Amino acid sequence: MRHRSLFIITTAVTAGALTLSACGSRGDSDGGSSGGGDTTTVVIGLDAPLSGDLSALGQGIKNSADLAVKTANKNKEVPGVTFKLEPLDDVAQAATGQQNATKLVGDSKVMGVVGPLNSDVGQSMQKVFDSANLALVSPANTNPSLTQGKDWQTGKKVRGSKTYFRTSTTDAVQGPFAARYMYNKKKLKKVYVIDDKKTYGAGLAATFAGEFKKLGGTVVGTDHINPEDKDFSAVASKVAEAKADFVYYGGEYPAGAPLASQIKNAGAKIPTVGGDALFSAEYVKLAKKNAEGDIASSVGAPLETLDTAKKFIADYDAAGYKDAYEAYGGYAYDSAWAIIQAVKAVVEGNDGKLPESKDARGKVVAALQDVTFDGVSGSVGFDEFGDTTNRQLSLYEVKDGKHVAVEVGKFEG
Amino acid sequence: MNDLPQQLANGLLLGALYGLIAIGYTMVYGIVQLINFAHGEIFMIGGFGALTAFLILPTGTSLLIALPVMILMAMACSVLVAMGAERFAYRPLRGAPRLAPLITAIGLSIALQQAIWAFYPDAKKARPFPEFEGPRFDLGAFTIGRGDLFLLIAAPVCMIALGVFVSKTRTGRAMQATSQDPDTAKLMGINTDRIIVTAFAIGAAFAAIAAVAHGLRYGNVDFRMGFIAGLKAFTAAVLGGIGNIYGAMIGGLVLGLAEAMATAYIENIPGMSQLGGGAWKDVWAFVLLILVLLLRPQGLLGQRVADRA
Repeated sequence: MRHRSLFIITTAVTAGALTLSACGSRGDSDGGSSGGGDTTTVVIGLDAPLSGDLSALGQGIKNSADLAVKTANKNKEVPGVTFKLEPLDDVAQAATGQQNATKLVGDSKVMGVVGPLNSDVGQSMQKVFDSANLALVSPANTNPSLTQGKDWQTGKKVRGSKTYFRTSTTDAVQGPFAARYMYNKKKLKKVYVIDDKKTYGAGLAATFAGEFKKLGGTVVGTDHINPEDKDFSAVASKVAEAKADFVYYGGEYPAGAPLASQIKNAGAKIPTVGGDALFSAEYVKLAKKNAEGDIASSVGAPLETLDTAKKFIADYDAAGYKDAYEAYGGYAYDSAWAIIQAVKAVVEGNDGKLPESKDARGKVVAALQDVTFDGVSGSVGFDEFGDTTNRQLSLYEVKDGKHVAVEVGKFEG
Repeated sequence: MNDLPQQLANGLLLGALYGLIAIGYTMVYGIVQLINFAHGEIFMIGGFGALTAFLILPTGTSLLIALPVMILMAMACSVLVAMGAERFAYRPLRGAPRLAPLITAIGLSIALQQAIWAFYPDAKKARPFPEFEGPRFDLGAFTIGRGDLFLLIAAPVCMIALGVFVSKTRTGRAMQATSQDPDTAKLMGINTDRIIVTAFAIGAAFAAIAAVAHGLRYGNVDFRMGFIAGLKAFTAAVLGGIGNIYGAMIGGLVLGLAEAMATAYIENIPGMSQLGGGAWKDVWAFVLLILVLLLRPQGLLGQRVADRA
């Protein structure tokens, strides 16, 4: 008897644990529908990695969008409409992002969605939103093909999805921007290019290498890594052997920081340069002293230097969020604000009321195309592909454990 | 090929790490014919145990002083979890069809991973692990990190200790007997339950040491680190001949070397440049595993045994 009961308990515990782990998304259930009075609730969805390796960036996105929603509600930005944020966790997985997309599309109160962080997740979500005519505004997707189609490099630009917009610039300018800086300003001519084979990483590394070679630089070696790995010592020794002047890594900080650290440990005292996904305080925490001198590019000008961003930073601090706004906070705020402005335009054009759900979504998308305002990251607006009209970029170097802006500029094609 | 000594060192160090974890797979399999897929998570929990010990100690404590405490804490955590898993997840299923404990092991693995994810503070992302400061040791042809020294000492010491334990002590011989024939061993008065728990505990202790070495070498621990490491260690155990403790270490070293060599040199072979590098190292490692199993299905050091089931 004793054994049997033990068996049952064990099975129950294991089954329970499995069930727990199976439902990874921890979305809040539909809490307050419509409050008192005759205000309409408009839900703004959000999809970002709220847990896992990239959660530092994801939490920053969530909090910033939350701040935009709270600000809109407080200022009664759209009379008669109360905004509500519904954050979902995609754990940086394309499949989870797609499930979240389906869930958000199914909720008729959702008028627009902010997110996601990862380009491959964005790729998987686009189609779902497109067929539901629901606006998706990403603060962080940088892969060019998301807006300009897969043949963008040959000049055949075709808009991939009519409902997809982004407030961040693309790798088509981010990689070359870093290439020019390293070649012209740092005078480093030999690079070792490594990527993580993902949509974002491989794309970024390719745009970087293309521009670097055009400038006259040499790619002394290329390699790819599995971002789940911990041991990059063999690759690091190869880099040291190749006598490169610096490394360009197309990928994200969870693998990028250990890689940069192990390259320096292997004896190559050279900087690792990468894209916006290396621009995180977590990068420095993981690579520790070996992060010194490493460079990351990021879209937009440093928030701290923009007048438009001062209010955002002050409000963010005042709201007392646990996590920092990180690299994409300003863009997430602008993304959410763009949706709010689009809803405002739709409501104003419809005698102060939100149209029926089916029409409303399409109208929000149409309004979003024409939205312009002075946002946290500068002037916000979208071109015919859904890309931002703001082409600001900056480069940050790790100095004394902090990313310090070393170059701010606009990239002209 | 100038970096050959360095790449050999890289491969051997990585292999020693795999080998230490593989001991756990091989010991448990040798005695209860169970592939304990939760072993990778036992390894991961050891890493978090060591990190906890370091965080509890007053800040500024020298890592050299903290290290023994960290190892003990790592071992305590790993061994406790492993013994708990044996008692509550595997023992009730002893005698059940083999698939039942196997599926339980996979479930347990997910449960442990999610438990750390959910309850360990700030463990939703990688947590930095203390590292030894200072330059690397330059041994002429190659260099090794300060943290690697720990692995370099711990791996052989552990192996020798385990070898002596299994062949010389009473418990060790009881272990061998149980592995050869559990029923007869029981009839001879061996407490097989205790032997099985001991096997789990030893495997967990080795995994804990591996976890500390992993932290010192790579500078961080995260809740998913057990998955890949466990998979590789399991491969190492199979490669070396599952059930054989020396086989586990040899298998680990071979696997580590194969990965380093594949990353470094395959692309230099004419016509193979697309099939080399870090992206393909796992493919080559598993090609090697398949080749070994084709020629020696029992693994490098394994003995051909009639299947009992």
